[in-house]
Amino acid sequence: MNLTLKIWRQKDAASKGGIQTYQLGGVEPDMSFLEMLDVLNQELIDKGEEPVVFDHDCREGICGTCSLQINGEPHGPDRGITTCQLHMRMFKDGDTITIEPFRAKAFPVIKDLVVDRSSFERIQQAGGYISVNTSGNTQDANSIPIPKDKADAAFYAATCIGCGACVAACKNASAMLFTSAKVSQMALLPQGEVEADRRVLAMVEQMDKEGFGNCTNTGACEIECPKGISLENIARMNREYLRASVK
Amino acid sequence: MAKSALLKSSLAKKYWMAFTGLFLCLFLVGHLAGNLQLLAAGEGARDQFNEYALFMTTNPIVRVLSIVTFASILFHVIDGIILTVNNRKARPEGYVSFKPSTNSKWSSRNMGILGTVILAFIIIHLINFWGQMKFGGLDDTVYQTANGETVKDLYTLTIRTFQDAEMGLIWAIIYLIAMIAIGFHLYHGFGSGFQSLGINHPKYNTFVRRVGVGFAIIVPLLFAIIPFYIYFVLEKI
Repeated sequence: MNLTLKIWRQKDAASKGGIQTYQLGGVEPDMSFLEMLDVLNQELIDKGEEPVVFDHDCREGICGTCSLQINGEPHGPDRGITTCQLHMRMFKDGDTITIEPFRAKAFPVIKDLVVDRSSFERIQQAGGYISVNTSGNTQDANSIPIPKDKADAAFYAATCIGCGACVAACKNASAMLFTSAKVSQMALLPQGEVEADRRVLAMVEQMDKEGFGNCTNTGACEIECPKGISLENIARMNREYLRASVK
Repeated sequence: MAKSALLKSSLAKKYWMAFTGLFLCLFLVGHLAGNLQLLAAGEGARDQFNEYALFMTTNPIVRVLSIVTFASILFHVIDGIILTVNNRKARPEGYVSFKPSTNSKWSSRNMGILGTVILAFIIIHLINFWGQMKFGGLDDTVYQTANGETVKDLYTLTIRTFQDAEMGLIWAIIYLIAMIAIGFHLYHGFGSGFQSLGINHPKYNTFVRRVGVGFAIIVPLLFAIIPFYIYFVLEKI
Protein backbone atom coordinates (compact mmCIF):
# COMPACT_ATOMS: atom_id res chain seq x y z
CA MET A 1 0.00 0.00 0.00
CA ASN A 2 1.08 3.54 -0.73
CA LEU A 3 -0.24 6.21 1.61
CA THR A 4 -0.20 9.96 1.97
CA LEU A 5 0.14 10.85 5.65
CA LYS A 6 -0.77 14.29 6.95
CA ILE A 7 0.75 14.39 10.42
CA TRP A 8 0.64 17.09 13.09
CA ARG A 9 4.22 18.09 13.94
CA GLN A 10 4.96 20.31 16.93
CA LYS A 11 8.44 20.85 18.39
CA ASP A 12 7.30 21.30 22.00
CA ALA A 13 4.44 22.56 24.15
CA ALA A 14 5.34 26.21 23.57
CA SER A 15 5.87 26.02 19.78
CA LYS A 16 3.22 26.41 17.15
CA GLY A 17 2.56 23.18 15.29
CA GLY A 18 1.32 22.37 11.83
CA ILE A 19 0.43 19.57 9.44
CA GLN A 20 3.25 18.00 7.44
CA THR A 21 2.72 15.66 4.54
CA TYR A 22 4.67 12.41 4.07
CA GLN A 23 4.53 9.76 1.36
CA LEU A 24 4.91 6.22 2.62
CA GLY A 25 5.17 3.06 0.49
CA GLY A 26 5.45 -0.63 1.32
CA VAL A 27 2.73 -0.64 3.97
CA GLU A 28 1.32 -4.14 4.57
CA PRO A 29 -2.43 -4.55 5.31
CA ASP A 30 -1.57 -6.72 8.34
CA MET A 31 0.51 -4.01 9.99
CA SER A 32 -1.00 -2.25 12.96
CA PHE A 33 -1.33 1.51 12.69
CA LEU A 34 1.56 1.97 15.11
CA GLU A 35 3.75 -0.41 13.09
CA MET A 36 3.01 1.71 10.04
CA LEU A 37 4.24 4.75 12.00
CA ASP A 38 7.33 2.75 13.03
CA VAL A 39 8.08 2.19 9.32
CA LEU A 40 7.67 5.89 8.63
CA ASN A 41 9.94 6.78 11.56
CA GLN A 42 12.65 4.37 10.39
CA GLU A 43 12.58 6.10 6.99
CA LEU A 44 12.80 9.51 8.66
CA ILE A 45 15.71 8.38 10.85
CA ASP A 46 17.52 6.95 7.81
CA LYS A 47 17.12 10.33 6.10
CA GLY A 48 18.46 12.10 9.18
CA GLU A 49 15.11 13.70 9.99
CA GLU A 50 13.37 13.93 13.34
CA PRO A 51 10.99 10.94 13.83
CA VAL A 52 7.31 11.51 14.65
CA VAL A 53 6.75 11.26 18.39
CA PHE A 54 3.68 9.24 19.43
CA ASP A 55 2.52 7.50 22.61
CA HIS A 56 2.44 3.70 22.91
CA ASP A 57 3.15 1.03 25.47
CA CYS A 58 1.52 -2.42 25.64
CA ARG A 59 0.43 -2.55 21.98
CA GLU A 60 -2.30 -5.04 22.87
CA GLY A 61 -5.17 -2.71 23.69
CA ILE A 62 -5.10 -2.84 27.46
CA CYS A 63 -2.96 0.06 28.66
CA GLY A 64 -4.69 3.03 27.03
CA THR A 65 -1.44 4.78 26.15
CA CYS A 66 -1.74 5.00 22.37
CA SER A 67 -3.94 7.91 21.39
CA LEU A 68 -4.14 9.65 17.98
CA GLN A 69 -7.02 11.29 16.17
CA ILE A 70 -7.05 9.44 12.85
CA ASN A 71 -9.10 10.88 9.98
CA GLY A 72 -11.22 12.83 12.45
CA GLU A 73 -11.90 10.00 14.90
CA PRO A 74 -10.04 8.88 18.03
CA HIS A 75 -8.30 5.53 17.36
CA GLY A 76 -9.43 5.76 13.72
CA PRO A 77 -12.43 4.42 11.82
CA ASP A 78 -12.77 0.99 13.49
CA ARG A 79 -14.91 0.47 16.63
CA GLY A 80 -14.09 -0.95 20.05
CA ILE A 81 -10.33 -0.76 19.58
CA THR A 82 -7.29 1.29 20.48
CA THR A 83 -4.86 2.60 17.86
CA CYS A 84 -2.47 -0.32 18.37
CA GLN A 85 -5.35 -2.66 17.44
CA LEU A 86 -6.19 -0.70 14.28
CA HIS A 87 -4.92 -2.52 11.24
CA MET A 88 -3.92 -1.03 7.93
CA ARG A 89 -6.44 -3.26 6.14
CA MET A 90 -9.01 -0.68 7.27
CA PHE A 91 -7.44 1.65 4.68
CA LYS A 92 -7.03 1.44 0.91
CA ASP A 93 -4.02 1.88 -1.32
CA GLY A 94 -3.65 5.56 -2.18
CA ASP A 95 -5.54 6.80 0.89
CA THR A 96 -4.70 10.05 2.60
CA ILE A 97 -4.68 9.70 6.39
CA THR A 98 -4.75 12.71 8.71
CA ILE A 99 -3.13 12.04 12.10
CA GLU A 100 -3.51 14.55 14.92
CA PRO A 101 -3.10 14.58 18.68
CA PHE A 102 -6.17 14.36 20.95
CA ARG A 103 -7.39 17.93 21.36
CA ALA A 104 -8.51 19.41 24.66
CA LYS A 105 -7.43 22.26 26.90
CA ALA A 106 -6.93 19.65 29.63
CA PHE A 107 -4.75 17.54 27.27
CA PRO A 108 -1.95 19.95 26.26
CA VAL A 109 0.37 18.79 23.47
CA ILE A 110 3.84 17.84 24.70
CA LYS A 111 5.38 17.10 21.31
CA ASP A 112 3.99 16.07 17.90
CA LEU A 113 1.21 13.57 18.66
CA VAL A 114 1.85 13.16 22.38
CA VAL A 115 -0.48 14.89 24.82
CA ASP A 116 -0.31 15.20 28.59
CA ARG A 117 -3.24 13.23 30.06
CA SER A 118 -2.27 13.65 33.71
CA SER A 119 -5.51 15.60 34.21
CA PHE A 120 -7.17 12.14 34.22
CA GLU A 121 -4.81 11.03 36.97
CA ARG A 122 -5.65 14.09 39.07
CA ILE A 123 -9.38 13.31 38.73
CA GLN A 124 -8.65 9.77 39.87
CA GLN A 125 -6.51 11.02 42.77
CA ALA A 126 -9.30 13.35 43.90
CA GLY A 127 -11.44 10.42 44.99
CA GLY A 128 -11.20 7.40 42.72
CA TYR A 129 -10.09 5.06 45.47
CA ILE A 130 -11.31 3.29 48.59
CA SER A 131 -9.86 4.30 51.96
CA VAL A 132 -9.53 0.84 53.40
CA ASN A 133 -6.42 -0.62 54.91
CA THR A 134 -6.22 -3.98 53.19
CA SER A 135 -2.85 -5.13 54.46
CA GLY A 136 -3.02 -8.23 56.58
CA ASN A 137 -6.75 -8.36 57.18
CA THR A 138 -8.18 -9.11 53.77
CA GLN A 139 -11.63 -10.66 53.98
CA ASP A 140 -12.81 -13.58 51.93
CA ALA A 141 -14.40 -12.05 48.82
CA ASN A 142 -17.52 -14.16 49.15
CA SER A 143 -18.28 -12.93 52.67
CA ILE A 144 -19.93 -9.81 51.20
CA PRO A 145 -22.81 -10.81 48.90
CA ILE A 146 -23.04 -8.62 45.77
CA PRO A 147 -25.88 -8.91 43.25
CA LYS A 148 -24.67 -10.20 39.89
CA ASP A 149 -26.06 -7.24 37.89
CA LYS A 150 -24.22 -4.77 40.13
CA ALA A 151 -21.01 -6.77 39.97
CA ASP A 152 -21.27 -6.86 36.17
CA ALA A 153 -21.99 -3.12 35.88
CA ALA A 154 -19.05 -2.34 38.18
CA PHE A 155 -16.81 -4.65 36.16
CA TYR A 156 -17.77 -3.06 32.83
CA ALA A 157 -17.16 0.42 34.28
CA ALA A 158 -13.79 -0.76 35.54
CA THR A 159 -12.71 -1.82 32.05
CA CYS A 160 -12.08 1.88 31.28
CA ILE A 161 -8.39 2.19 30.40
CA GLY A 162 -8.31 5.99 30.71
CA CYS A 163 -7.13 6.50 27.14
CA GLY A 164 -8.97 9.80 26.62
CA ALA A 165 -10.82 8.85 23.43
CA CYS A 166 -14.07 10.04 25.06
CA VAL A 167 -12.62 13.53 25.50
CA ALA A 168 -11.10 13.51 22.01
CA ALA A 169 -14.39 12.46 20.37
CA CYS A 170 -16.61 14.85 22.34
CA LYS A 171 -17.38 18.11 20.59
CA ASN A 172 -17.14 19.75 24.03
CA ALA A 173 -13.97 17.90 25.13
CA SER A 174 -15.91 16.61 28.13
CA ALA A 175 -14.45 14.00 30.47
CA MET A 176 -17.81 12.80 31.78
CA LEU A 177 -17.54 9.25 30.43
CA PHE A 178 -14.14 8.68 32.02
CA THR A 179 -15.07 10.28 35.35
CA SER A 180 -18.42 8.52 35.50
CA ALA A 181 -16.81 5.13 34.83
CA LYS A 182 -14.40 5.67 37.70
CA VAL A 183 -17.21 6.89 39.97
CA SER A 184 -19.45 3.97 38.99
CA GLN A 185 -17.01 1.11 39.41
CA MET A 186 -16.72 1.97 43.10
CA ALA A 187 -20.15 3.36 43.92
CA LEU A 188 -21.73 0.11 42.72
CA LEU A 189 -19.85 -2.09 45.17
CA PRO A 190 -20.38 -2.19 48.95
CA GLN A 191 -16.74 -1.37 49.68
CA GLY A 192 -16.94 1.83 47.65
CA GLU A 193 -20.49 2.81 48.48
CA VAL A 194 -19.65 4.19 51.92
CA GLU A 195 -17.50 6.95 50.42
CA ALA A 196 -19.67 7.50 47.32
CA ASP A 197 -20.85 11.03 48.20
CA ARG A 198 -17.45 12.46 49.03
CA ARG A 199 -15.95 10.71 46.01
CA VAL A 200 -18.36 11.99 43.38
CA LEU A 201 -18.25 15.58 44.68
CA ALA A 202 -14.44 15.62 44.74
CA MET A 203 -13.98 13.96 41.34
CA VAL A 204 -16.46 16.26 39.57
CA GLU A 205 -14.88 19.29 41.23
CA GLN A 206 -11.46 18.20 39.94
CA MET A 207 -12.90 17.46 36.49
CA ASP A 208 -14.28 21.01 36.31
CA LYS A 209 -10.98 22.48 37.56
CA GLU A 210 -9.05 20.75 34.79
CA GLY A 211 -11.01 22.66 32.16
CA PHE A 212 -12.94 19.86 30.48
CA GLY A 213 -16.19 20.81 28.73
CA ASN A 214 -19.75 19.89 29.70
CA CYS A 215 -21.63 16.81 28.60
CA THR A 216 -24.36 17.49 26.05
CA ASN A 217 -25.32 13.83 25.70
CA THR A 218 -24.31 13.51 22.04
CA GLY A 219 -23.16 9.96 22.78
CA ALA A 220 -19.98 10.27 20.67
CA CYS A 221 -17.84 9.08 23.61
CA GLU A 222 -19.72 5.80 23.97
CA ILE A 223 -19.35 5.04 20.26
CA GLU A 224 -15.62 5.84 20.17
CA CYS A 225 -14.70 4.23 23.52
CA PRO A 226 -12.40 1.23 22.88
CA LYS A 227 -14.00 -0.54 25.84
CA GLY A 228 -17.61 0.38 25.06
CA ILE A 229 -18.17 2.21 28.37
CA SER A 230 -21.88 2.99 28.47
CA LEU A 231 -23.65 6.34 28.84
CA GLU A 232 -25.51 4.69 31.72
CA ASN A 233 -22.44 5.53 33.80
CA ILE A 234 -22.87 9.24 33.07
CA ALA A 235 -26.51 9.05 34.17
CA ARG A 236 -25.40 7.20 37.31
CA MET A 237 -22.86 9.92 38.08
CA ASN A 238 -25.53 12.60 37.49
CA ARG A 239 -27.71 10.77 40.02
CA GLU A 240 -24.90 10.23 42.51
CA TYR A 241 -23.83 13.85 42.30
CA LEU A 242 -27.36 15.21 42.67
CA ARG A 243 -27.95 13.02 45.71
CA ALA A 244 -24.60 13.97 47.26
CA SER A 245 -25.18 17.70 46.61
CA VAL A 246 -28.55 17.94 48.34
CA LYS A 247 -27.39 16.05 51.42
CA MET B 1 -19.11 22.19 49.28
CA ALA B 2 -22.46 20.69 48.56
CA LYS B 3 -24.20 24.04 48.21
CA SER B 4 -21.82 25.46 45.61
CA ALA B 5 -21.86 22.05 43.93
CA LEU B 6 -25.56 22.45 43.28
CA LEU B 7 -25.17 25.92 41.78
CA LYS B 8 -21.76 26.32 40.18
CA SER B 9 -20.56 22.89 39.04
CA SER B 10 -20.78 21.71 35.45
CA LEU B 11 -23.35 19.11 36.49
CA ALA B 12 -25.54 21.68 38.23
CA LYS B 13 -25.70 23.66 34.99
CA LYS B 14 -26.85 20.51 33.25
CA TYR B 15 -29.54 19.85 35.87
CA TRP B 16 -30.96 23.34 35.38
CA MET B 17 -30.81 22.94 31.62
CA ALA B 18 -32.71 19.65 31.85
CA PHE B 19 -35.18 20.84 34.45
CA THR B 20 -36.13 24.04 32.62
CA GLY B 21 -36.17 22.20 29.27
CA LEU B 22 -38.52 19.49 30.49
CA PHE B 23 -40.75 22.09 32.13
CA LEU B 24 -40.94 23.91 28.79
CA CYS B 25 -42.03 20.60 27.20
CA LEU B 26 -45.02 20.66 29.56
CA PHE B 27 -45.68 24.26 28.58
CA LEU B 28 -45.73 23.21 24.90
CA VAL B 29 -48.48 20.68 25.64
CA GLY B 30 -50.62 23.30 27.39
CA HIS B 31 -50.02 25.89 24.68
CA LEU B 32 -50.86 23.38 21.96
CA ALA B 33 -54.11 22.38 23.67
CA GLY B 34 -55.14 26.05 23.69
CA ASN B 35 -54.10 26.71 20.11
CA LEU B 36 -55.94 23.71 18.69
CA GLN B 37 -59.17 25.58 19.46
CA LEU B 38 -58.25 27.76 16.45
CA LEU B 39 -59.13 24.82 14.20
CA ALA B 40 -62.80 25.24 15.15
CA ALA B 41 -65.01 27.30 12.81
CA GLY B 42 -67.95 29.71 13.18
CA GLU B 43 -68.97 32.53 15.54
CA GLY B 44 -68.81 30.22 18.55
CA ALA B 45 -65.15 29.57 17.86
CA ARG B 46 -64.35 33.27 18.13
CA ASP B 47 -66.09 33.59 21.51
CA GLN B 48 -64.60 30.38 22.81
CA PHE B 49 -61.02 31.28 21.89
CA ASN B 50 -61.28 34.85 23.20
CA GLU B 51 -62.77 33.69 26.50
CA TYR B 52 -59.95 31.19 26.76
CA ALA B 53 -57.41 33.97 26.07
CA LEU B 54 -59.05 36.13 28.75
CA PHE B 55 -58.79 33.25 31.22
CA MET B 56 -55.12 32.72 30.31
CA THR B 57 -54.26 36.38 30.91
CA THR B 58 -56.24 36.92 34.12
CA ASN B 59 -56.30 33.65 36.11
CA PRO B 60 -53.79 33.99 39.00
CA ILE B 61 -52.52 30.38 38.73
CA VAL B 62 -51.94 30.79 34.99
CA ARG B 63 -50.15 34.09 35.68
CA VAL B 64 -47.76 32.34 38.05
CA LEU B 65 -47.24 29.57 35.47
CA SER B 66 -46.54 32.13 32.75
CA ILE B 67 -43.95 33.89 34.92
CA VAL B 68 -42.31 30.50 35.61
CA THR B 69 -42.39 29.80 31.86
CA PHE B 70 -40.70 33.09 30.99
CA ALA B 71 -38.15 32.53 33.76
CA SER B 72 -37.48 29.01 32.43
CA ILE B 73 -36.90 30.31 28.92
CA LEU B 74 -34.54 32.99 30.24
CA PHE B 75 -32.68 30.51 32.44
CA HIS B 76 -32.49 27.92 29.66
CA VAL B 77 -31.03 30.52 27.28
CA ILE B 78 -28.50 32.00 29.73
CA ASP B 79 -27.43 28.58 31.02
CA GLY B 80 -27.12 27.37 27.42
CA ILE B 81 -24.89 30.31 26.51
CA ILE B 82 -22.65 29.75 29.58
CA LEU B 83 -22.33 26.02 28.77
CA THR B 84 -21.56 26.73 25.11
CA VAL B 85 -18.87 29.29 25.98
CA ASN B 86 -17.28 26.84 28.46
CA ASN B 87 -17.41 24.06 25.89
CA ARG B 88 -15.65 26.21 23.29
CA LYS B 89 -12.95 27.05 25.84
CA ALA B 90 -12.42 23.35 26.56
CA ARG B 91 -10.90 22.86 23.08
CA PRO B 92 -8.94 26.00 22.22
CA GLU B 93 -7.16 24.36 19.27
CA GLY B 94 -9.53 22.45 17.02
CA TYR B 95 -8.94 19.47 14.76
CA VAL B 96 -7.86 19.80 11.14
CA SER B 97 -10.06 16.80 10.42
CA PHE B 98 -13.07 16.12 12.66
CA LYS B 99 -15.87 13.71 11.72
CA PRO B 100 -18.54 13.91 14.42
CA SER B 101 -21.20 12.63 12.02
CA THR B 102 -19.69 9.13 12.38
CA ASN B 103 -20.51 8.96 16.09
CA SER B 104 -23.36 11.36 16.92
CA LYS B 105 -26.59 12.80 15.53
CA TRP B 106 -26.77 16.23 13.91
CA SER B 107 -29.43 17.52 16.29
CA SER B 108 -27.38 16.59 19.36
CA ARG B 109 -24.45 18.67 18.10
CA ASN B 110 -26.46 21.71 17.07
CA MET B 111 -28.69 22.43 20.04
CA GLY B 112 -27.24 25.94 20.30
CA ILE B 113 -28.06 26.84 16.70
CA LEU B 114 -31.52 25.26 16.95
CA GLY B 115 -32.08 27.09 20.24
CA THR B 116 -31.10 30.40 18.67
CA VAL B 117 -33.63 29.87 15.85
CA ILE B 118 -36.27 29.02 18.46
CA LEU B 119 -35.45 32.10 20.55
CA ALA B 120 -35.76 34.32 17.47
CA PHE B 121 -39.11 32.70 16.76
CA ILE B 122 -40.32 33.22 20.35
CA ILE B 123 -39.55 36.96 20.04
CA ILE B 124 -41.37 37.21 16.68
CA HIS B 125 -44.28 35.19 18.05
CA LEU B 126 -44.57 37.39 21.16
CA ILE B 127 -44.56 40.55 19.03
CA ASN B 128 -47.22 39.05 16.73
CA PHE B 129 -49.74 38.16 19.43
CA TRP B 130 -48.74 38.45 23.09
CA GLY B 131 -47.53 42.06 22.71
CA GLN B 132 -50.83 43.07 21.05
CA MET B 133 -52.83 41.48 23.84
CA LYS B 134 -50.66 42.86 26.63
CA PHE B 135 -49.61 46.31 25.47
CA GLY B 136 -52.81 47.68 24.04
CA GLY B 137 -52.73 46.70 20.37
CA LEU B 138 -56.07 44.95 20.87
CA ASP B 139 -57.66 47.49 23.24
CA ASP B 140 -60.06 48.83 20.56
CA THR B 141 -61.29 45.34 19.63
CA VAL B 142 -63.04 44.71 22.97
CA TYR B 143 -66.51 43.20 22.62
CA GLN B 144 -69.06 41.16 24.60
CA THR B 145 -69.30 37.42 23.97
CA ALA B 146 -72.58 35.47 24.00
CA ASN B 147 -71.76 34.55 27.62
CA GLY B 148 -71.57 38.25 28.51
CA GLU B 149 -67.76 38.23 28.98
CA THR B 150 -65.86 41.35 27.90
CA VAL B 151 -62.93 40.13 25.83
CA LYS B 152 -60.20 41.37 23.50
CA ASP B 153 -60.49 39.91 20.01
CA LEU B 154 -57.26 37.89 19.84
CA TYR B 155 -59.06 35.33 17.67
CA THR B 156 -59.66 37.77 14.79
CA LEU B 157 -56.08 39.09 15.03
CA THR B 158 -54.74 35.53 14.78
CA ILE B 159 -56.97 34.51 11.88
CA ARG B 160 -56.28 37.79 9.99
CA THR B 161 -52.51 37.42 10.51
CA PHE B 162 -52.47 34.03 8.81
CA GLN B 163 -55.14 34.92 6.20
CA ASP B 164 -53.38 38.13 5.16
CA ALA B 165 -53.16 38.18 1.36
CA GLU B 166 -49.50 39.25 1.31
CA MET B 167 -48.02 37.95 4.56
CA GLY B 168 -50.30 35.09 5.62
CA LEU B 169 -48.46 32.32 3.79
CA ILE B 170 -45.08 33.83 4.61
CA TRP B 171 -45.99 33.82 8.32
CA ALA B 172 -47.14 30.21 8.02
CA ILE B 173 -43.82 29.24 6.44
CA ILE B 174 -41.84 31.14 9.12
CA TYR B 175 -43.82 29.29 11.77
CA LEU B 176 -43.22 26.00 9.97
CA ILE B 177 -39.44 26.59 9.94
CA ALA B 178 -39.54 27.38 13.66
CA MET B 179 -41.52 24.21 14.35
CA ILE B 180 -38.94 22.13 12.43
CA ALA B 181 -36.24 23.69 14.63
CA ILE B 182 -38.28 22.90 17.76
CA GLY B 183 -38.77 19.35 16.47
CA PHE B 184 -35.03 18.73 16.13
CA HIS B 185 -34.37 20.52 19.44
CA LEU B 186 -36.86 18.21 21.17
CA TYR B 187 -35.60 15.13 19.32
CA HIS B 188 -32.34 15.45 21.24
CA GLY B 189 -33.46 17.53 24.19
CA PHE B 190 -36.27 15.38 25.54
CA GLY B 191 -34.18 12.25 26.12
CA SER B 192 -31.11 14.29 26.96
CA GLY B 193 -33.01 16.00 29.79
CA PHE B 194 -33.77 12.64 31.39
CA GLN B 195 -30.15 11.53 31.00
CA SER B 196 -28.86 14.76 32.60
CA LEU B 197 -31.13 14.23 35.59
CA GLY B 198 -29.76 10.72 35.93
CA ILE B 199 -32.92 8.99 34.77
CA ASN B 200 -31.46 6.18 32.69
CA HIS B 201 -32.52 2.61 33.27
CA PRO B 202 -32.50 -0.25 30.75
CA LYS B 203 -36.09 -1.01 31.69
CA TYR B 204 -37.39 2.45 30.79
CA ASN B 205 -34.88 3.81 28.24
CA THR B 206 -36.77 2.51 25.20
CA PHE B 207 -39.99 4.01 26.55
CA VAL B 208 -38.38 7.42 27.21
CA ARG B 209 -36.76 7.39 23.76
CA ARG B 210 -40.03 6.51 22.01
CA VAL B 211 -42.01 9.12 23.93
CA GLY B 212 -39.28 11.68 23.11
CA VAL B 213 -39.32 10.91 19.39
CA GLY B 214 -43.14 10.92 19.35
CA PHE B 215 -43.23 14.20 21.25
CA ALA B 216 -40.65 15.77 18.91
CA ILE B 217 -42.72 14.85 15.84
CA ILE B 218 -46.33 15.20 17.00
CA VAL B 219 -46.21 18.44 19.02
CA PRO B 220 -44.41 20.63 16.43
CA LEU B 221 -46.47 19.05 13.62
CA LEU B 222 -49.78 19.94 15.29
CA PHE B 223 -48.51 23.48 15.97
CA ALA B 224 -47.38 23.84 12.35
CA ILE B 225 -50.71 22.67 10.93
CA ILE B 226 -52.63 25.56 12.52
CA PRO B 227 -51.33 28.51 10.39
CA PHE B 228 -51.69 26.48 7.16
CA TYR B 229 -55.19 25.38 8.14
CA ILE B 230 -56.16 29.00 8.80
CA TYR B 231 -54.66 30.12 5.47
CA PHE B 232 -55.93 27.34 3.20
CA VAL B 233 -59.02 25.85 4.84
CA LEU B 234 -60.68 28.15 7.35
CA GLU B 235 -63.40 30.47 6.02
CA LYS B 236 -61.96 33.92 5.23
CA ILE B 237 -62.87 36.72 7.65
